[in-house]
Amino acid sequence: MASKVDLEFAREVATSEEFNAWACMNCGVCTAVCPLGIALMPRKLFRHTVLGLKDEVLEQRDAIFQCLLCRLCQENCTADVHIAENVRFLRSYIDREVFGLDADPAERKDQYALAHR
Amino acid sequence: MPLPTGDIVGLMVDNLNKRGSVFPLSARKSTRWAKGLGIPRGGETVLYTGAMYQLLPYIVSMVRLLERVEDTFLARYVFLGRFANRFINLSGLAARPSRADVEKYDRMLQNVAGLLQQAGVQFGYLYEDDLYAGALAYDMGVDATLQAHARRVQATLRKHGVRKVITLDPHTTNMLRSVYPTVLEGFDVEVSSYLEVLAEADAEPLRRVAEDVVIHDSCVYARCEGVIDQPRRLLERAGYLLLEPRESRNLTYCCGGPIEALFPKKSHDIGVARVEQLKGTGGKQATTMCPICLASLDKAAGGSLPMEDISVYLRRAYCPVSATLPDIPESQEMVAAGPLRGL
Repeated sequence: MASKVDLEFAREVATSEEFNAWACMNCGVCTAVCPLGIALMPRKLFRHTVLGLKDEVLEQRDAIFQCLLCRLCQENCTADVHIAENVRFLRSYIDREVFGLDADPAERKDQYALAHR
Repeated sequence: MPLPTGDIVGLMVDNLNKRGSVFPLSARKSTRWAKGLGIPRGGETVLYTGAMYQLLPYIVSMVRLLERVEDTFLARYVFLGRFANRFINLSGLAARPSRADVEKYDRMLQNVAGLLQQAGVQFGYLYEDDLYAGALAYDMGVDATLQAHARRVQATLRKHGVRKVITLDPHTTNMLRSVYPTVLEGFDVEVSSYLEVLAEADAEPLRRVAEDVVIHDSCVYARCEGVIDQPRRLLERAGYLLLEPRESRNLTYCCGGPIEALFPKKSHDIGVARVEQLKGTGGKQATTMCPICLASLDKAAGGSLPMEDISVYLRRAYCPVSATLPDIPESQEMVAAGPLRGL
């Protein structure tokens, strides 16, 4: 099946202040040191992300949420990619677009304030 | 069937939005550790627990439950639990920690308070207003929810006139010191870990404890907050001989804890791998400085490597032997429903 670029997704990635995988040199150190040994994480996943291949990214939902955010990869990254922050960016996207979570507080009643009036 | 990520993250978000914590505890449970310690309410400098140590026994109990559900047909029905949790505090009802576990984690908080008092540090405590800092919401990427919660924490600290907080665990330290300034305007509270405060105060041990201890660094302390040398200095000054695994300091290895609620089996496997690294030093006991690390590694070790929070080791050396800790009130059942203050 041919990969399909999702322009909305690509635009969100391109304009994000958090996502910074552009400097990745694909050296693979991150994968080598990952305690989970997830082969996809993070270089291939980030390549899919910067190319706007939304379906390929969403297929890796489990890997994205399995990341420990332990930052061992980031500590060893030779290109100073903020790997943990990039994973958080993708989680945030999935939370909103797939799980329907995390509406903007302005659009949501403050349930805590209501309960504690 | 694996556990449904969306429903479990959703349950945490629902709890944080509605009850002020990803895992709501009653104010009585989260503050009972301080009973009888005479810590003043509020003040410019407060000991800020973020309820992390208090939450751990309940999280451990909940994870045990999730382990039984993972990879069974029951995982298909987790969404029903999330639905019911909107009306009653189901997550709280389901967790049944042992009294021993609750007391163990409460003692760690008492240890820290005792260490600071012994070092002459003046501090207060916010009691029911000592709110969870939102670390799990941040990790899960629910940023709008986190921001709304962080505003509540900021308003609470302002209400009490807090200028400086002393934190106990790496996650609360990281949230308040490094994350809040990026999501809140004008968050200018000074944040220090109690390990930094004690090291800076040049706390003097009352006795030397000549024991070998394997040290496990927290990823968050070591790689995000630069808390690496302070715990070593405190332990070594007390006479402990530190044994370091190869994966140590800023290259420390995760305990597996961060994914225990979503992927319990994988989390356990990582904990087992880390325990093997710690055992590889030849040490017979180990120390952690994060309650999540302690719970994960203790479970992974299964008794093969005794493990204690660093506050336990420090208390032995830095506090008077005669210092007795107050009894912790009897554990009660979880509050089923209704507004829960504090957490």
